[in-house]
Amino acid sequence: MLIVNNIDVYYGDLHVLWDVSFEVKEGEIIVLIGANGAGKSTTIKTLSSLLTPAKGTIEFNGKRIDKQEPFEIIQHGIVHVPEGRRLFTEMSVEENLIMGSLYGDAKAKRHETLKHVYQLFPRLEERKKQMTGTLSGGEQQMAAIGRGLMSLPKIMMFDEPSLGLAPILVKEIFEMIKRIKKEGVTILLVEQNVTQTLAMCDRAYVLENGRIVLEGTGTELMADEKVKEAFLGI
Amino acid sequence: MDIFLQTLVAGILKGGLYGLIGIGMSLIMGVMGIINLAHGQLMMVAMYITFVLSHYVGIDPYLSLFITMPSLFLLGALIQKYTLNPLMEVDSILPENQVLMTVGIGMVLVETSRFIFTSDYKSVQTSYSDATFYLGEISFSVALVIAFFIAIGFTLFMFWFLLKTDIGRSIRATAQDKDAALLMGVDSKKITIITFGLGAALVGAAGTILMPIYYLFPDIGGPFTRKAFVITILGGLGSTVGAIFGGLTLGLAEAFGASYIGMAYDDMIGLIIFILVLLFLPGGFKRLTKI
Repeated sequence: MLIVNNIDVYYGDLHVLWDVSFEVKEGEIIVLIGANGAGKSTTIKTLSSLLTPAKGTIEFNGKRIDKQEPFEIIQHGIVHVPEGRRLFTEMSVEENLIMGSLYGDAKAKRHETLKHVYQLFPRLEERKKQMTGTLSGGEQQMAAIGRGLMSLPKIMMFDEPSLGLAPILVKEIFEMIKRIKKEGVTILLVEQNVTQTLAMCDRAYVLENGRIVLEGTGTELMADEKVKEAFLGI
Repeated sequence: MDIFLQTLVAGILKGGLYGLIGIGMSLIMGVMGIINLAHGQLMMVAMYITFVLSHYVGIDPYLSLFITMPSLFLLGALIQKYTLNPLMEVDSILPENQVLMTVGIGMVLVETSRFIFTSDYKSVQTSYSDATFYLGEISFSVALVIAFFIAIGFTLFMFWFLLKTDIGRSIRATAQDKDAALLMGVDSKKITIITFGLGAALVGAAGTILMPIYYLFPDIGGPFTRKAFVITILGGLGSTVGAIFGGLTLGLAEAFGASYIGMAYDDMIGLIIFILVLLFLPGGFKRLTKI
């Protein structure tokens, strides 16, 4: 469904991604792991067109999307739940959710989707009039995921959804991601929380210094000596 | 006591208009992160349009709102699209250079007006220009009261627009977190163009409804740019609610300055408050209103 072919990405003059290629198939949970600065977030930002690759192509369902604007990307059904939630903190929970549904089908079905999101996250309904700046970290992450769901995505890309959350909330968020997958949404997950994500994913890619150095199923990678040493601390 | 009440009324009426001028600048500040230093000059353009419509076509200034606001919206949108947005495309150009660009645009507008209309004072005389009515001992200028209510009307409409429509929400979202807004599919270029257009239309409305009371000459924009700047700072950069409080504060400060210190000093009190706010409430009224 999503095919990334040999992309090179720069931040200004800084070369961040080197010849990165990977593929996400429909219905999968794919994980990108790697240390800080390996280029995981850069990869996702490139997919959502906040950055443009200098070389290489990105295809979604056979169409090239690497030269498109962010507002075109979301209309294909690709949504990016950014690192650090990035909610609109001076807007209410409900307004944040509405901001996820600006186009086409998502806009037409806004009220139904809103009900669905409130079903998934009853806490958000209780706080729908509250400014998101005043929510707890876990609630903010729920709002960020809910806002992504409002666009009726085909593929959801999560950038470090567990960042800064208590272990019990991390578990809850991962359960929610699995549930979203069951509803037919493909998942691309970027995480530092390697143990839990490798256990739940279909396949994973390991990024190191801007290059993909390993790929395999979750169990394969968990058994890999290099991964064990670098990420699992065994 | 009568003088006090009279001054209070004058200050509030003026403040409502200042709020309208300030909201436009605050919107632009919030979304684009720049101070539009051509703001008063845009108002001057709207005033000349009102003057031409009234003088040559005989259209009442208040009715000409239907022409000046769309014209100013268009002018603002074109300025954003063809002069400010191209500057953003080049990484090496600092955002501050957009501010310099607005200074240049302001100059071009002033000199173009001077070329067409000369520096002579113009005014629009209407039957209600000098009319007053009394409530108790306090006199009200009819034109200023009408202007005040039109300003309140536009301000309320603006809030409805920002709170209840997708475009309005996109404008606020862009002001709060531009990248997150991009990820949600906000077309940021379109939003900047609409925002500048709206800011210009609002200040244009203010210019039009001031026309029955004010004299008009090409350099009238400068002082209003400064007033709008003071209002925006008082309100807290980019805060629309703050801009209303900023406008009221400036209106009251000027009125009380004029009544109790002297007409020549009416700008001084406003600027003293401006300095005090910068020193003791650096975030402006936004710190108090939180919006």
